[in-house]
Amino acid sequence: MSEVSALIGKPWKKPPFIQRPWLRWLLIVGFVAYLIAAFSTIEVNWSRVYAGLERGEKFILAFTQPDFTSRSSDIWEGMIESIVMTVASSVVGIAISIPIALGAARNVAPLPVYLICRSIIAISRALQEIIVAILLVAIFGFGPLAGFLTLSFATIGFLAKLLAEDIESMDKVQAEAIKASGAKWTQWINYGVQPQVMPRLIGLSIYRIDINFRESAILGLVGAGGIGATLNTAFDRYEYDTAAAILLIIIVIVMALEYLSGVIRARVQ
Amino acid sequence: MLRLEKLVKTYKTGDQALKAVEIEVPEGQVLALIGPSGAGKSTLIRCINRLVEPTSGKVYLGDVKLTGLSSGALRRERRRMGMIFQEYALVERLTVMENVLSGRLGYVGFWRSFLRRFPQSDVDEAFRLLDRVGLAHMADKRADELSGGQRQRVGICRALIQNPALLLVDEPTASLDPKTSRQIMRLICELCKERGLAAIINIHDVALAQMFVQRVIGLRLGAVEFDGPPDGLTPDVLTAIYGEEDWEATIEAVDEDDTEATT
Repeated sequence: MSEVSALIGKPWKKPPFIQRPWLRWLLIVGFVAYLIAAFSTIEVNWSRVYAGLERGEKFILAFTQPDFTSRSSDIWEGMIESIVMTVASSVVGIAISIPIALGAARNVAPLPVYLICRSIIAISRALQEIIVAILLVAIFGFGPLAGFLTLSFATIGFLAKLLAEDIESMDKVQAEAIKASGAKWTQWINYGVQPQVMPRLIGLSIYRIDINFRESAILGLVGAGGIGATLNTAFDRYEYDTAAAILLIIIVIVMALEYLSGVIRARVQ
Repeated sequence: MLRLEKLVKTYKTGDQALKAVEIEVPEGQVLALIGPSGAGKSTLIRCINRLVEPTSGKVYLGDVKLTGLSSGALRRERRRMGMIFQEYALVERLTVMENVLSGRLGYVGFWRSFLRRFPQSDVDEAFRLLDRVGLAHMADKRADELSGGQRQRVGICRALIQNPALLLVDEPTASLDPKTSRQIMRLICELCKERGLAAIINIHDVALAQMFVQRVIGLRLGAVEFDGPPDGLTPDVLTAIYGEEDWEATIEAVDEDDTEATT
């Protein structure tokens, strides 16, 4: 009782996250000092900015009069190539990620399989798309093959990781009930796990198709084919009006995919 | 029919959930397992079909020793043990029919089950069972569209279509209202009688257990504290199982229920 009465009437403050005051202040002061130092090292060349403003203005103004026609066959070809790359790499990537995701879920796979699959995912995620694309372009030469392989590889890391996490967080009891019927491992996955993760798998797949399409525009910059190659050429020739046309087409397609994924996800519950 | 010998389960955390439990269940007997939360009731029934691996001890189903079976042999034995779960454990995104037929997974091959082409006899039996519990018209509904009582009936069908010799029932009424609880318990006990099944029913509601079963086992801290007929549950016994409380009200309630049930 006496302890309580000593506390009554005194203000209460939430205990700080870092208990030791010297350490807390050291971290705060150190961080602020670093921030100031860091900002002061970023140089701004004002005369260069002034010169660049004009180019920026030209670029932005080009959007008001995009030129779809004068390079229409190049744009069309690039677009077809991008779509082929997107569809092919998404299908292959998703097909490979599903077994890897099962292997990378600790509640489904035994430890050795888990470690192997997790390392595949880690490798795929550690290597950024552009770096993989540069490597593959060096191996396979310019063109969409390098882009296709890059995107398939990137899809595995993305989809397998997120799907594995969904499998790990599924309702254990539903799966347990299927196991109790004497089901085989494959049947258990088909009846106990798959129905639970299906909406997530479909949602992630559509999202990945969306990403693959956008990436295919970037990968062209390093020579891996697709609309990006056309875009790169347009920039190199200072044809901002054509570049604007390409960017507008990409934006429209991405928005259409976004809308489509919303419709499909609403259907699959 | 079912025999547990010195069954011990120690979890990795060091908690001893079961301490050398010995139980024998004869053919066709319905048994209630009572005890406070954490007494090891769920662990006990999961150790029987080895959803939880016992640390030591033996489990016999008929002449077969379940502990130590290979995974393939264990799957075949699991077909003989139907399980009914707390909170139903239906796969919510599958239809009622698929949920019921999933009880046959131990009998059909992967591709048949994958393509949902179950043998006609299984489909017929599924419809008969659904009709028996009054849900035949719901076969194509998705499981998450059903009410709690309906879901548990589907869970019962799923367990029975395995054609089991033993039912393992884990808190079948935990999330149901009192009336539905009684209906479900009555249904389980009737079906056990019709088919000559033995059953182990984990249950919190002592009064409900006393209404329906022939034998009660009280578990406390992983050990058998009481084993006898339902009317042997005196206030002293309940205190031994659950700890000090006023038990007169619980027992009186049972007496009323009994007279109500018989009249």
